[in-house]
Amino acid sequence: MFKLGKSLFFGAVFLYLYLPIIVLTANSFNTSKYGIKWRGFSWKWYERLFDNDALLTAAWHSIIVAACAATFACVIGTLAAIALYRYKFRGKSLMTGSLFVMLVAPDIVIAIAFLSLFLLLGISLGFWSLLIAHITFCLPFVVVTVFARLRDMDPNLLAAAKDLGASDGLMIRKVLLPLLSPAIISGWLLAFTLSLDDVIVSTFVTGPSFEILPLKVFSLVKVGVSPEVNALSVLILLGSLTFVILSQMILKKGKR
Amino acid sequence: MKVKGFFAVIAIAIVGSWLGLFIAVPNVLVLITSFLENDPQGFFHLQFSTAAYHQVFDPLFWRVFLHSFEMSFKAMIICLTIAFPFSYWLCQFSSKVRGWLLFLTIVPFWTNSLVRAYAIKFILGKKGLVNSTLLFIGVIDKPLKLLYSEFAVIFGLVYVLLPFMILPLYASLEKLDKNLLSAARDLGANGLQRMWYIVIPLSMPGILAGCLAVFLPAMGMFYISDLLGGAKNLLLGNLIKTEFLSTQNWPYGAAMSISLIVLMAGMLFIYYKAAQHVQKRGEFDV
Repeated sequence: MFKLGKSLFFGAVFLYLYLPIIVLTANSFNTSKYGIKWRGFSWKWYERLFDNDALLTAAWHSIIVAACAATFACVIGTLAAIALYRYKFRGKSLMTGSLFVMLVAPDIVIAIAFLSLFLLLGISLGFWSLLIAHITFCLPFVVVTVFARLRDMDPNLLAAAKDLGASDGLMIRKVLLPLLSPAIISGWLLAFTLSLDDVIVSTFVTGPSFEILPLKVFSLVKVGVSPEVNALSVLILLGSLTFVILSQMILKKGKR
Repeated sequence: MKVKGFFAVIAIAIVGSWLGLFIAVPNVLVLITSFLENDPQGFFHLQFSTAAYHQVFDPLFWRVFLHSFEMSFKAMIICLTIAFPFSYWLCQFSSKVRGWLLFLTIVPFWTNSLVRAYAIKFILGKKGLVNSTLLFIGVIDKPLKLLYSEFAVIFGLVYVLLPFMILPLYASLEKLDKNLLSAARDLGANGLQRMWYIVIPLSMPGILAGCLAVFLPAMGMFYISDLLGGAKNLLLGNLIKTEFLSTQNWPYGAAMSISLIVLMAGMLFIYYKAAQHVQKRGEFDV
């Protein structure tokens, strides 16, 4: 009896988490434009989507920003994780503290802070402002992922490299980076998705000269339900799904 | 160990200057802005003033502020109520089943929350799944107005943020030493007592971390209330966004943001204390 209740509970939670997505996906193939009544299968909304140049440009912009932001976040984040793990220095707790605050701070707080900064520095809102903001909010996620891997690692490996006469640089290149690479790759994938999904920070730090996909989607869905947006949403969901699966596989492989 | 070597210096310099320039400086700027005078011509006026904070506590604005606070809080409580039994029972599955269930929980965590919020329209909308089903069964004869209400906003927040509550809770419940529970059972504690005296206190850091991960983002998610809430159910994020991008009363917007930061600091302090407490208790127990 209890077991049945438990299964029902899990079923209900997963139904809640997945039903809206399933209905959305089904609807994107629906010939009918309005409502959820099924009127037959059709690809036409997807076809129409690929004719929409503005959307494709925005998608391309988003992918470029996400790829650059994820790459820079990985470089800086890996340096930060190694520094926090290996060295003692003044301001270390400040560094940990500001990364932690970034991790928990609501996006809206980060967003207006960046808007104020860019206004003060005179950086016009567009690609660069967007990139800097995205690198910064992705950074703590990379640090956490890489640091977790460092902590699980056998510290003797580093000591052995040291004893055998490796310099810091050589040890990092030959021992540390190969060991960390699964964590760095999965951190990159996480940063890429975070950047691609962000609405809140981007709303504040990009201008009309550089449109990105989430903001375009936001302006479309605010108006109402439209079948092209359904198709686009399904493609975005598929993209995220690919990334989760990839990152889970890489992390699992790294643990073995 | 002192910092030595080229690599160490470079690494610390890069990370330190990035964090300083792009985290510390911007937040100081917001703090300063919140103490400036509002300029009707736009942005702000370089003149010290606490007017923005008076405005936050002005009864008229305070009501809106409180309502957004209340919706986020309700969403957090509902998330906790669902996620706690979920994570607790999740630990009891065999590791293979657990892996799959965890995967199913992580997927929405990674998926675009804007798209997920949009998907809710298909459930709660006038011609959505709930209304069509109820009409079909004949429980109602005209569609219920579910969308554009407080209910829809909370439904959306819970939907988007539930994985953020489950994952930290699961992480802390998984670490729970099962021997403590068997010991308590042997000593005659019933299920409720085991839950109250062992499971809940020891998973308190996880509970608080989950609450942080739901409550704080919930305050800022303006697109959820834009899509599902209508004009009467605004979140703090909507208020801040309006002040910064439309009304251009930056000091007031900054003051609201600072209030949110103060709230966050308070919650972090409680979290830190609880984590310390559990660690200490753990040491005594061993």
